[in-house]
Amino acid sequence: MAGDTLTSSEYIKHHLTNLTFGQHPDGSWGVAHSAAEAKEMGFWAVHLDTMFWSILLGVAFLYMFKKAADQVTSGVPGMLQNFCEWIVEFIDSSVRGSFTAKNNMVAPLALTIFVWIFLQNLMDLVPVDLIPLVSGWLGIHFMKVVPSTDPNATFGMAIGVFMLVIFYSIKMKGVGGFAAELTLQPFSSSNAVVNTLFIPINFVLEFVSLIAKPISLALRLFGNMYAGEMIFILIAIMYNAGIVLGLFGGVLQLGWAIFHILIITLQAFIFMTLTIVYLDMAHHEH
Amino acid sequence: MNINLTLIGQLISFMVFVWLTMKYVWTPIMGALDTRRKEIADGLAAAERGLHEKELAKEHAKDVLHAAKAQAGEIVAQAQKRASEIVDEAKVNARTEGERLVTAAQAEIEQEVNRAREQLREKVGELALSGAEKILRKEINAAAHKDIVEALAKQI
Repeated sequence: MAGDTLTSSEYIKHHLTNLTFGQHPDGSWGVAHSAAEAKEMGFWAVHLDTMFWSILLGVAFLYMFKKAADQVTSGVPGMLQNFCEWIVEFIDSSVRGSFTAKNNMVAPLALTIFVWIFLQNLMDLVPVDLIPLVSGWLGIHFMKVVPSTDPNATFGMAIGVFMLVIFYSIKMKGVGGFAAELTLQPFSSSNAVVNTLFIPINFVLEFVSLIAKPISLALRLFGNMYAGEMIFILIAIMYNAGIVLGLFGGVLQLGWAIFHILIITLQAFIFMTLTIVYLDMAHHEH
Repeated sequence: MNINLTLIGQLISFMVFVWLTMKYVWTPIMGALDTRRKEIADGLAAAERGLHEKELAKEHAKDVLHAAKAQAGEIVAQAQKRASEIVDEAKVNARTEGERLVTAAQAEIEQEVNRAREQLREKVGELALSGAEKILRKEINAAAHKDIVEALAKQI
């Protein structure tokens, strides 16, 4: 909480620091007690909060859908089955709309991405101080509850998608075909010498566009969620600035939360759709 | 904001979730959806078929009715024909029987007439004879003139 002991910038910083588990400079392993300490831990550290909440949400998603799938019937569906079928059909029609090759993995992948990211984003609507307050009582100082505001989470998914893109590109077109796609276009010439000269230029262009896929995927989601979270935090600061600003902040928070419902759904949908499109491109010569 | 091992952890959990979704969620739910789609399609097809069959049955019933009517008409016609045949036959029979009876009666009548004529002739002969006898008793012998009287009786 933004109490008397914290300035606004400390409050913001506090909210943007993950609960990091790693090796302290003195060699012992443990949880970092400040943002600087967390930074010093370097690569070999884990954000416990991000991992905990994302896995919890993923398990919740799987539990719900597994429950629906276990009692699935082709007759009259129950409430839960109806809801799950609605999502599944929505994903299925999206995949059918943009994915033209045949691959049984893409639709479940899209379903996982959509629901998982949606649930992660949904954590953004929980009041920013609520869960950190509870965890503070339990003795946990840092708690960032929205996994998708951690670039590790978004890059984790984006790299997963990128690996699938590379895998299917090579599987469908062969190593040669994939290399040709990277080097023989967009510029090509009937003259072999000129064509050879074009290869490095093409490679630079195509490589950038290839590598831009996962980066744009990850940063788009991260940026949107991070900015949204930031605005919630800034609004929360207003609660300490007197009753008038506090009430105004309440109105703002409500407005932003309602608007954010659109953003979290849209971001989940965009991530899913782009994944489908990238995988479709990986399956086709173009 | 630090990139660290969390990235790998997230990557692995993402893949595990995708795999679990594929295995335990997507397949059964899509299976149920496909089954339901098929069941509905089958139901519609069955309804279509039922309608078609109803149409066929109607047609068939019409045909059967038609045939039955035709047959009934034929039977009636046949019966009428047979009846007129029977009537004709009866007429012919009656006529022949009548003719036979008439002929028999005529024959009998003729016989009777002949017999009566014979008897009459005999009676007349006897009468003539007795008359003649009475007349002639006084003059002639019946035995001597018998052949003359009989010749006379035959001529009557």
